Amino acid sequence: MRLRLERRPQPSALMVYASPLIAVALTALIALAVFAAAGHEPWSALVIFVTAPVADLYGVGELLIKAAPLVLIGVGLAVGFRANVWNIGAEGQLALGVISGGFLALHFGVGGSPVLLPAMVLAGAVSGALWAAIPALLRTRFNANEILVSLMLNYVAGLWLTYLVFGPWRDPAGFNFPQSAPLAPAALFPILLEDTRLNISVLFALVAVATGWVFMARSFVGFQLRVTGLAEDAARYAGFSTARAVWIGMLAGGCTAGIAGVGEIAGPLGQIFPTASPGYGYAAIIVAFVGRLHPLGILLAGLLMSFLYLAGDSAQMTLGLSSAVAGLFQGTMLFLLLAIDVFVHYRVRGTPAVVPAPAARPVATPVAAEAAT
Amino acid sequence: MIDMAAGILVATVVAGTPMVYAALGELVTERSGVLNLGVEGMMLCGAVSGFMASTLTGSLWLGVVAGMLAGAVLAFLFGVLAISFKANQVAVGLALAIFGTGLSSFIGKKYVGQTVVLEPSALSAALGKLPLVGGLLGQVHPLVWLSWVLLGAIWWFLYRTHAGLVLRAVGESPRSAYALGYKVVRIRYLATLFGGAMAGVGGAYISLVYTALWTEGLVAGRGWIAVGLVVFATWRPGRCLLGAYLFGGVTTAQLFAQGAGARVPTELMSALPYPATIMVLVLISRDARLIRLNVPASLGKPFHAES
Repeated sequence: MRLRLERRPQPSALMVYASPLIAVALTALIALAVFAAAGHEPWSALVIFVTAPVADLYGVGELLIKAAPLVLIGVGLAVGFRANVWNIGAEGQLALGVISGGFLALHFGVGGSPVLLPAMVLAGAVSGALWAAIPALLRTRFNANEILVSLMLNYVAGLWLTYLVFGPWRDPAGFNFPQSAPLAPAALFPILLEDTRLNISVLFALVAVATGWVFMARSFVGFQLRVTGLAEDAARYAGFSTARAVWIGMLAGGCTAGIAGVGEIAGPLGQIFPTASPGYGYAAIIVAFVGRLHPLGILLAGLLMSFLYLAGDSAQMTLGLSSAVAGLFQGTMLFLLLAIDVFVHYRVRGTPAVVPAPAARPVATPVAAEAAT
Repeated sequence: MIDMAAGILVATVVAGTPMVYAALGELVTERSGVLNLGVEGMMLCGAVSGFMASTLTGSLWLGVVAGMLAGAVLAFLFGVLAISFKANQVAVGLALAIFGTGLSSFIGKKYVGQTVVLEPSALSAALGKLPLVGGLLGQVHPLVWLSWVLLGAIWWFLYRTHAGLVLRAVGESPRSAYALGYKVVRIRYLATLFGGAMAGVGGAYISLVYTALWTEGLVAGRGWIAVGLVVFATWRPGRCLLGAYLFGGVTTAQLFAQGAGARVPTELMSALPYPATIMVLVLISRDARLIRLNVPASLGKPFHAES
């Protein structure tokens, strides 16, 4: 008997919600295997991996503070992804937020003006959106692929930030380290919870989730975007503009990524580094997918991804594993999710060894299915 | 003056070679109708596995083979999801790029900052004695001119063999190819594996020949540039080579600018290849007719045999 995939008459509602959970569970299994391969007793290593990061209040604060940018950016990217607009440039748009917010903080920080912080957030949103406007313009005006253009700009923005921090913005009292002077207190987000680094950027993420939900589920523009993503021809026939979908999708991601960039320097970092983002712009892509492009799902997925970052850091200390393990597990999870998603639209059927109809061609052998997990 | 021009030419070709391999591989994949955006991830895994294999064995060619295998393994994962499971090729490609980046950082952690010293190629030394072309061939690694052999082979395969015709037919109209009895799924798998293997070679070339060291994110976007080059080349092999050397030239411009004492920030020079990619993409893509005439008609669309 050979296994084959058969299209379901209706997409499975159960699998839509079950597949992220299955992906998480399988990632945990792979984690066990990685721990075992590294010479640890796998189960206790997993327990340490899972519990150590959130063992105290400080850890919980770290969890939320790292989840905030991921959720914020994830919600913004999901707006575009829904409409098949692929903004892969959040990492660069975040860097633009760091650059513009950092510029204001370094030049107007001393006066301690109360409008400084709102101005930084606004500058971050606008600069991130402007950076995202480049691929949007080139796509709508010249038909240039927005994936490649937005991605190329990540490297440009990263090098720009590197230049600033190694050059004009370098702290003269910083022992020649590539970092800016510490930002003035007026340029820092207020702390929400004592003894942690938890600040108001968490509220931005929550506002983004609420706004994103209302926009996508309740507004007509959100409806148009969803139709564009599901059936572009139908959307065009209904008179929904593809160009407008590109603009809205790109700007939403750029705007949120820019704010997230300000949140990093005005929050946990407190100064400007060339590596202000540990890959949040890319991780947010995973967050958006694992969260099913739904704001509430993205909230949960953001917490999970943030947790993986923390667990990776603590695995380095407690288990002697490379902190790169976080990136490995994040990528694995996205991969598994996409694999399991096949069961939303298909189910596995066994066919007899003698295939009666030529239509019943095997598309997935058990070997291939095993290799994918 | 002639020496300097020759130096620039050699440096350009040496810097462009990884993109030649990756872009030619991706071109074959895309010609079968499969859009694999994960080239960056496959190149990184190829680079780190090649580096590890060569460090352990001392053999450059075993490193190249290891890189090839690593790229092909990742491409196989892509194939399972995108070809067998019919998942969205864009999403799976992005996932592969992210996954490959994470995987290469993880397995290469111990090797970060290490360098690899390999014996100078005896083959290059022998070729250097040839008249006329010896000056050039002797200066560059055999992998450089092997990429020209690869280009010739791919051109011959695509346009002069029956198998190449079938591959192109699968990319243009998988339904017709299937109706004629060709195994669309198998052909797409093979094309995808080939693309992965070539991306792996490109990656191994970077870590073993071009920089001779490993560091996280070593490939630095060259995989993405390669994807862009295939569009720039309007899916024709010869233009891939041209495009790759164009970028090799932009990359080496910074070395020569610094050598000539130009006072430009290094970051500005390092950033040049990326806007250059964007510019050529815009120039090619603005002509929608040109793209429509050349893009494999089924590119990025999953193939359902039963429907």
